[in-house]
This record gives sequence, structure tokens and C-alpha cells, in this order.
Amino acid sequence: MDILIMYIKVFVVGGAICTIAQVLINYTKITAGKILVYFLLAGVLLQAVGLYQYLVDFAGAGATVPICGFGYLLADGAIKGAKISLFKAITGGISAAAMGITAAIIFGYIFALIFKSKSKKN
Amino acid sequence: MKNYNGYKNQNYIQYVKGISPKTNQKRSLFHAFWVGGVICSIGQSFRYLLQYGFNLSGDELSSYVSMIMIFLGAFLTGLGVYDRIGKYAGGGSIVPITGFANSVVSPAMEFKTEGYIYGTAAKMFIVAGPIIVFGIASSVLVGILYFIGFRIF
Repeated sequence: MDILIMYIKVFVVGGAICTIAQVLINYTKITAGKILVYFLLAGVLLQAVGLYQYLVDFAGAGATVPICGFGYLLADGAIKGAKISLFKAITGGISAAAMGITAAIIFGYIFALIFKSKSKKN
Repeated sequence: MKNYNGYKNQNYIQYVKGISPKTNQKRSLFHAFWVGGVICSIGQSFRYLLQYGFNLSGDELSSYVSMIMIFLGAFLTGLGVYDRIGKYAGGGSIVPITGFANSVVSPAMEFKTEGYIYGTAAKMFIVAGPIIVFGIASSVLVGILYFIGFRIF
């Protein structure tokens, strides 16, 4: 039962974040690339003031799978690092997000080599 | 001449409005909502699988989940499936981390004809580059501000 409630939370929060993006696409002329950057920065900012953690605790993957979750991870890593030393404060963000960036580069390159770009016919 | 140009522009704007496809805006919000929700639910499923199946937790757990989601996004983009999802879902496919993977793979595939270094490897970062730049820059800023804050207070 807990798991079912969790899935509803994940679905609603994840869906709501995506709907905000769709509102921006529909009613402003912001392109997809800019939306990704804005949402990432929103995640960083919300975690910098300590708010995004509540959303992550509440909705799990509903908050971490959208790109603002990536921003959350960066800010969270930096803040945790700042407690230890200046070095960790600077490297903390990217080391928390290292898996995501590495996966994107490695899988991105491999799949770009394997697959051919589809023509725009379909 | 000025008036004539203004008249021409108005005509053109009306022509563009008439000819461009009318997307049902309310329906597109619904599409984004449910597709985004489903993608996040898939992420949550992998979270449960790794949590209970492999006893992972904390940062390790969320890192592996995002790795799997990026793998799926990249793979589906390679197959050409993700672009179809994108046409239907709009924001619902852009904002999840799978959309980040999509934004890496699709220009990389498209520019493969320009070579493996200046084509694929360079063009991978057309969309992902700004995300990494702003992400790292802002995290360093947050880190330094917090470091100063922790030292003062």
C-alpha cells in the first residue's frame, strides 16, 4: 500500500514538473535547450535554499528523475562538501553528478556510433 | 513605403497563423503530464529494484538510477523511438533525465557524417554543454558561498 501511494506521489510530482515545462513551451517562445538549463538552475537554487530536499523526500524519483533533480544533486554535493573543506566545496557538486555526466557521455557516444540518424520521413 | 511594409508584415503574420498547425494546448499539457509521470514512475521502479534487490542506498542508489534512465533514453533515441515520444509528449519527454540523454545522442548521430571527433564527439554537447556549464558553475558558486557561510557562522 505504501508503494502504491509512493507511485501516485511520483507520478503526480513528476508529471507536474513536466507540465510546467509544457506551459512554458506553449505560452512562451523558450526552446527545449533553454528549458533544460532553467530547470537545472531552478533545482540548484531550490536546493541552495534547502527546499528541494523536501520534494525529494516526498516524491522520490518524481523529483530526482526530472532535470531539476540533477541540479539538486549538484547543489547537494557542493553543500555537503562545503562542510568539509574548500576543495570539497568546489569539487563536491561535480563528483555527486559524476555518474550522470559520465553515463551521458559514454552511452551517448556509444549509441551515436551504433545507430544511424533516422530520416525525418516518419 | 513604411506603410506598405507594415501591411505586408501583417498579411504575412496572418498567413503564418493560418497555416501553422493548431496544437491543442490543453491536450498537450495532459500529454506532458502523463508521459512525464510515467517516466518518473519507471525511475521509481528501478529505485525500488536497486534498493531491495541490491541493497543500495543514498547517493549510490540515485546515481545508478540516473545511469539506467540515461541508458534507456540514449538507447531509445538510437532506435528513433524517443523522438516519436517527444512529438507526442513535448515537455513530458524533455525535462526527465532521459530527455537529457536524448539531447546528447540525437545531435551526435546527426553529425556523424562530419567525423567521429569533430562530428559525433563535438556535437554531442550542443544542448548538453550549456547544461554542464551552468550546472558546474552554479554548484561551485553554491559550494563557495556555503563554505564561507559555514566559516563565518
